[in-house]
Amino acid sequence: MSDAHAAIERIYREEYGRVVASLVRRFGDIDIAEEAAGEALLVALERWQRDGVPPNPGGWLTTTAANRAIDRIRRESHRDAKHQAALMIEDDTPHEPTGIVEDDRLRLIFTCCHPALVPEARVALTLRLLGGLTVPEIAQAFLVPETTMAQRITRAKKKIKAAHIPYRVPEADDLTARLSGVLAVIYLVFNEGYLSSSGDAAIREDLTAEAIRLARILRTLLPEEPEVVGLLALMLLTEARRPVRVAGGELVPLHEQDRGGWDRALIAEGHRLVRACLARAAQTGERPGQYQLLAAINAVHTDAPTSADTQWDQIAELYRQLYALAPSPVVALNRAVAVAELDGPEVALAEVDRLSLQGYHAWHATRADLLRRLGRSGEARAAYDAAIAATDNPAERAYLSRRRGSLAPTEPA
Amino acid sequence: MSQYLLSVIHDGEDLAAMDAMSPDELQAVFAAVDSFNAKLQAEGAWVFAGGLQTHEATTTVDATGAEVLVTDGPFAESKEYLGGFWIIEAPDLDAALRWAAEGSKACANRVEVRPFQEEPSQEKQGA
Repeated sequence: MSDAHAAIERIYREEYGRVVASLVRRFGDIDIAEEAAGEALLVALERWQRDGVPPNPGGWLTTTAANRAIDRIRRESHRDAKHQAALMIEDDTPHEPTGIVEDDRLRLIFTCCHPALVPEARVALTLRLLGGLTVPEIAQAFLVPETTMAQRITRAKKKIKAAHIPYRVPEADDLTARLSGVLAVIYLVFNEGYLSSSGDAAIREDLTAEAIRLARILRTLLPEEPEVVGLLALMLLTEARRPVRVAGGELVPLHEQDRGGWDRALIAEGHRLVRACLARAAQTGERPGQYQLLAAINAVHTDAPTSADTQWDQIAELYRQLYALAPSPVVALNRAVAVAELDGPEVALAEVDRLSLQGYHAWHATRADLLRRLGRSGEARAAYDAAIAATDNPAERAYLSRRRGSLAPTEPA
Repeated sequence: MSQYLLSVIHDGEDLAAMDAMSPDELQAVFAAVDSFNAKLQAEGAWVFAGGLQTHEATTTVDATGAEVLVTDGPFAESKEYLGGFWIIEAPDLDAALRWAAEGSKACANRVEVRPFQEEPSQEKQGA
């Protein structure tokens, strides 16, 4: 592939969501929008390589794609009346880079993340239509066969059409609930890229970048929603630690990470956003939501020059607030880790043992570490074994195996 | 505008719960359904609605073969069966889901939302 070709594909991917969203609004049909956008790419590849990239490539792509769609609808005169009607509409909407609240992408993301679609389909559709990822890329990222992913996306598009899922930002009454569904999808995309080290590393990194990009778009469109800011901050502060998160194929836990390797620019931006959330909460008296709390926890961690300097009391308090909001055993487990630093491993172990998380590798790993600190090597070893058995992630397994190997030897029974 | 079928699906458990209701409680459910129906009509969303007899009153007719076969009972053996339904008109799924939530609350039961197929001829006239 030539450099020019690659550059055009990059621009196309950047603009894809905006182009498709605009066409979906105009023609009311995702398939027509996608086909037309695909045709516009072919024209762009031919013309831009010859004449150079136009000043407003997104606008150019949208106009070209819209003309292709109209040609197609004209050719297929048996198409139903709804599409004929679309031809009558003069579309003078300027191709705004950002800023307008009723952005087409905002409508489309609410469609893609509609609660009437299965969660896996929401993620896939969002990456396909707004992220511009191809079906094989999405399939590869989620480690499912391409045909499975294609079927998932096709089924979801059929349901949108058959059930008339609207392209619309939900009404104010529903906005908060529906927005949390959108944020969940974006966070899922991020975690898929961040947590799993299997699959193609480059595509996985693309997923975290894509999730951050979607959150940035969402923040531009809904600047007044603090949870959007919280999610963006959370992802930035997590992403900042990526360079030193894995070393030599082994997971490096937070307290062992080389903090000099953290991305300072991302941390500074994340901290700014967290401060903005705190200021807003103080001003409105509104309680921060779960993403803001998670972002604040990550801000406390990334604020400490060394692991020993971590303000564990703040961490424990933030997890307490999070637990009050979303009482899940995983949150309680994380709070127990902070409690271990404040009140010692014995108190923490009692809390951990009360949780029923036997299928979760982090529960076993946390127990193992607490038992190790209490000098109960035999039990610690068994807990490490259970943790290793409960995860498929090779970097995680490598780390746990090393920890198990560092335990004091126990007398054979 | 599209039409949606809102079905009230009964299973053994909710029937038992209905049986256990006092006359006053039952009366409250009927009143809630009545006022939901009135609201559907007032807002122009009403097409048709009805409650059905229990599945014991069902007869299956099969005229796909040479002879007409008449059998007692439903075609599909299932614990769940249709207890009643609304057919509504709504601009899109979000509107239909809002009606379904109100209907579910009124009849104290789960409600399933399903779009009707559009008749091709109707769609052409509609635009």
